[in-house]
Amino acid sequence: MVDITTNIAGIKIENPTILASGIMDEDAGSIQRIIDNGAGAIVTKSIGSISRGGYPNPTLIELDHGILNAMGLPNPGIDDFGKEIKLLTLSKKPIIGSIFAGNIDEFINLANKMQNYGVSAVELNLSCPHAKHYGLELGCDSNLVRKITSSVKKSVKIPVFVKLSPNVTNIVEIAKSAQEGNADAIVAINTVKAMKIDIDIGKPVLSNKIGGYSGEAIKPIGVRCVYELSANIDIPIIGVGGIKTGEDVIEYLMAGASAVQIGSGIYYRGTEIFGKLNKEIIDWMELHSYVKLKDIIGVSHT
Amino acid sequence: MNYPKITEVLENKREAKDVKTLTFKNLFQTIPGQFYMIWIPEIDEIPMSVSYIAEEIKGFTYRNIGEATNALYNLKKGDKIGIRGPYGNGFEIIGNHILFVGGGTGIAMLAPAIEEAIIKNIRTTLIIGVKTKSELFFEKRLKVNGNEVIITSDDGSIGEKGFASDVARKIIENDGIDSVITCGPELMMKKLLNYCENISFQASLERFMKCAMGLCGQCCIGRGIRVCKEGPIFNGELLKNIDDFGKYKRDASGKKIYF
Repeated sequence: MVDITTNIAGIKIENPTILASGIMDEDAGSIQRIIDNGAGAIVTKSIGSISRGGYPNPTLIELDHGILNAMGLPNPGIDDFGKEIKLLTLSKKPIIGSIFAGNIDEFINLANKMQNYGVSAVELNLSCPHAKHYGLELGCDSNLVRKITSSVKKSVKIPVFVKLSPNVTNIVEIAKSAQEGNADAIVAINTVKAMKIDIDIGKPVLSNKIGGYSGEAIKPIGVRCVYELSANIDIPIIGVGGIKTGEDVIEYLMAGASAVQIGSGIYYRGTEIFGKLNKEIIDWMELHSYVKLKDIIGVSHT
Repeated sequence: MNYPKITEVLENKREAKDVKTLTFKNLFQTIPGQFYMIWIPEIDEIPMSVSYIAEEIKGFTYRNIGEATNALYNLKKGDKIGIRGPYGNGFEIIGNHILFVGGGTGIAMLAPAIEEAIIKNIRTTLIIGVKTKSELFFEKRLKVNGNEVIITSDDGSIGEKGFASDVARKIIENDGIDSVITCGPELMMKKLLNYCENISFQASLERFMKCAMGLCGQCCIGRGIRVCKEGPIFNGELLKNIDDFGKYKRDASGKKIYF
């Protein structure tokens, strides 16, 4: 019998597939569907202090090897979202509350509210590539990353994950700052800053013009980031970016990830992707005589 | 590929006050009840259910109610829009005697379904409910042999004065209807569902939609049921078990807005 349980910062997860922030996670019903489909844990939509409608459409389009989006951080606001999380407390799967903010006090307030709602951990979105004053605008400054992380850490008891962007010169430097701020885990990567111009009309397609690219095209970038992080930091890493198959998950684990997140994969393989990946991971492990998932983590470094 | 392909407007024809039908060339096979995402560059991209589904030319009929539809309203032949789709499941045209109930602009997307039923030699009765006479359209298109058309208006300016749902109730009770297909205000559709205990019921739902690819979660109802992908047409059994139906929708931020 193969053991695919994993552990992030003391949170036991029955399998390594976690729903990534932003996909099918804006209300309790959608999150429940992903739980029903076998995800080990779920990350909520990134939630801010007040409600945001996001950008006008087009906000999401398919390209040849991935998906381009600039949703604009739509969310109902932290107070309304509490009702959604409370509807989920019966579920035994860990719920990770993703939050975004423009300053430290706001992060602290959001993290505390998430903790009160009963989430297992918070994920700081320091990496959204297309929202002014949020995300990447904070997440490319290592001093700020350290300050935000340590301030949130001091104010809550639950683990704090920091989600980083690949759109920086040196992701390791930023991750080290998060680690110095006592982050419990690093989540890497967010989408890759990108755009699409329609040549028939000579204009960008996304209403925000610039967005974030996800899907299979960015998997090698994600794997590289996780590999570099794993060689240079001591806290667990959750790998994200372009995962579609069980073998993709294995690759991220070998790079050093302790778990992975799935977003665009839902487009390619449906909401059933979580159960499918777990079966594929087990099949692969049996074929290659692995008994524990832990034994795969980081093997590419040795 | 879920990418808005640039297409020229063939025609943008007035149907009634503030209502137009826009047609475009498109070869994709489309069934009644499906929708396309229509990109009006630099304005917005919105879902539109089809009202015409000919092999080479598709069309949708819309009311000018906001920024995006106002931009559509001003488009002329040859103007460029982006099209992706068709999306969604579409209607199942089944039964021996189908009652169609279109409330307001809802009649637009029912039209191809009614025409398909007529082609299949299914007996049909149609109720078009409007607030007032000037809102009525598609009456002539659908007044054809084999389809009985009843008009209701809230103010009595045309047809029977009253609500479409009340007229529907009498017909469901007395006329041997075995299938109801509807599109219109959700509270009207909810009432109709209550009258359809033992007969087939299909309703087209409208929710704020963004990606239309089943990813963003914006249009979800119930336990993560995506209106863009598993819908927009839902049957009675499913709707009876969904709390949202006839109660609330979520706005662009995901906040619940009660009807």
